[in-house]
Amino acid sequence: MSTPRYRNAEGPYFGRYGGRWMPESLVAALDELESAFRAAKTDEDFVAEYQRLSRDYTGRPSLLTEVPRFAAEAAGQGPAPRIFLKREDLNHTGSHKINNVLGQALLARRLGKTRLIAETGAGQHGVATATAAALFGMECVVYMGAEDTRRQALNVARMRLLGAEVVPVAHGAQTLKDAINEALRDWVASVETTHYVLGTVAGPHPFPEMVRWFHQVIGEEAREQILQITGRLPDAVTACVGGGSNAMGIFHGFLDDPEVALYGYEAGGEGLDSGRHASAITLGRSGVLHGARSYLMQDADGQTVDSHSISAGLDYPSVGPEHAYLADTGRVRYEPVTDAECMDAFEALCRTEGIIPAIESAHALAGAVRLTRSWGAEAANRSIVVSLSGRGDKDVATAAEWFDLLPPQDGSEAPETGVQA
Amino acid sequence: MTDSKTAAAIDSAAAEGRPAFIGYLPAGFPDKETSIAAAIELVRNGADVIEIGVPYSDPVMDGPVIQQATTEVLARGFRIAEVFEIVEAVTQATDAAVLVMTYYNIIDRMGPAEFARRLAEAGGAGAITPDLIPDEAEEWIAAVDAHGLDRVFLAAPTSTPQRLARIAEASRGFVYGVSLMGVTGAREAVSEAAERVVRGAKEAGAQRVCVGLGVSTRAHVEEIGAYADGVIVGTALVAALRDGGPQAVGRIAAELTGREI
Ligand SMILES: Cc1ncc(COP(=O)(O)O)c(C=O)c1O
Repeated sequence: MSTPRYRNAEGPYFGRYGGRWMPESLVAALDELESAFRAAKTDEDFVAEYQRLSRDYTGRPSLLTEVPRFAAEAAGQGPAPRIFLKREDLNHTGSHKINNVLGQALLARRLGKTRLIAETGAGQHGVATATAAALFGMECVVYMGAEDTRRQALNVARMRLLGAEVVPVAHGAQTLKDAINEALRDWVASVETTHYVLGTVAGPHPFPEMVRWFHQVIGEEAREQILQITGRLPDAVTACVGGGSNAMGIFHGFLDDPEVALYGYEAGGEGLDSGRHASAITLGRSGVLHGARSYLMQDADGQTVDSHSISAGLDYPSVGPEHAYLADTGRVRYEPVTDAECMDAFEALCRTEGIIPAIESAHALAGAVRLTRSWGAEAANRSIVVSLSGRGDKDVATAAEWFDLLPPQDGSEAPETGVQA
Repeated sequence: MTDSKTAAAIDSAAAEGRPAFIGYLPAGFPDKETSIAAAIELVRNGADVIEIGVPYSDPVMDGPVIQQATTEVLARGFRIAEVFEIVEAVTQATDAAVLVMTYYNIIDRMGPAEFARRLAEAGGAGAITPDLIPDEAEEWIAAVDAHGLDRVFLAAPTSTPQRLARIAEASRGFVYGVSLMGVTGAREAVSEAAERVVRGAKEAGAQRVCVGLGVSTRAHVEEIGAYADGVIVGTALVAALRDGGPQAVGRIAAELTGREI
């Protein structure tokens, strides 16, 4: 590898982004967290415990699965590249989120905190946090936009089964950003006993750097696995970008391999022209929200604009500050993927490979399809690694509605099952 | 002597042997004219400094009462220009120092220099920035200094002596001592942390420290007034405005300042 250029970037700033745009009340807790994190990174016992949990509890390393039938479908009439999925969907709890949560829960325990709070959009981060709280015997409260509790009802039930309290947040757009606001309000008042397990590479320093560090294992494994299978680095890596944690985790392994093109896919929702999307980087206006300077969807007065996406996990009007930096430097290319394009890729993976992806992850699959088509004849000798950040069980209801797979609402044509409702 | 408008208002209260009374109202709640009338009532009933809060989509330091009010204002299509109109109207009608209280992205979007210019042009005394710490404030400090405006930073019960020194140094007008770990909203009792914050900030070099968050009764005002240079009240006034209009704001201000019981 050439000299590190982008790897292991430390906060608080990534270029002009990042920092701590936060109330003074939380600075002491952030300082405490930063020093605990710095100490833990180089503490053999901590690292060994984290690796043990990752192996015995999460199930790491996650597989790298080649998907030739999906690749052929992506290529259509043309030659197909080799496409590999980094299977974070196979982790315990069903997504990459557990990597970060176990790391932060271990840190919280070191800090003597007995209560974990979290925000959640799709519910995956909330489920992971509730899981870690159960494992560590900690109290857990998860804030979730009221709109998202409806979209992701199954995950609400999962969190409650795991012993967490789920608080629906009915302010604002009632989605992820509002859940973060409410979690921050809780944290300001409870910081002595409580650790806020922020679920992505956003927020004030040290969260972006720390959350990335706990996810770097994704890229490290993927790099080793692809070298083993194909004998060379991939031509491209694709990942979906909500706050950007799965993307930072996988990209990090390849940041200093200039021959590997990196692509982040933001939620394009109903299209950029519709105004209903979550493509903060593509819009390209900087601002401060939730403790970090980054790209931010905002109006002319600086009010945050509500984001929209079919996937609750990407429904966030900003993005982690390191992504903003990587976008400006050109090292990573960010593009929007619409709901429709993503659902086509979702359906294709289900049908061709028997893998139901999270709708979030389907944005990265759609990106792989787009790349394949843009390569044309060149695709034959190329390979792509896709970050399959999560599994789609939670999204079956949304998909059933999208593809019109549900029986009619009035029940008149419901099949006779003999089962009493 | 001081050339800070806010510090001068605090000092003249001190000359009368009382803590300054600082009242918060959200800009444009429930509408522009009523919010101006309420601020004027506040001054008539003893307020020395007025804080005009800028409604913001993501107010992480605010509790339910203020959130509810500002969400309503945003829902009716509030624009930032209104803030400067309100500041100007209250400045012209009263002799109070009028500060704007705003989350930083509002300033960032307009540009710190332009925000400061418009605030100065409206006659404002300066701004309180609850989610801006001195570590990130270089651009903002340069912008307000160009217009001689006050810049109020917050000090928390968890701030270390080193941080308090930095906050004291960055602030002009006064240091906002956060009385407790939490968001805005009325509380039963004043936290014992409040006195510690004031003492710590003064030891770190702050000349004037005013205390806010949770202050809602005359007893709180008297208790805090014994050790702080000023007392900041928000939620209690916003609730009064919501339920009884500007007159109710005047009544509760008179009660809090001890003008009548
Ligand atoms: C499966 C999955 N992928 C991706 C995301 C988006 O988060 P991030 O961009 O931090 O990876 C989520 C968030 O809920 C998720 O559940």
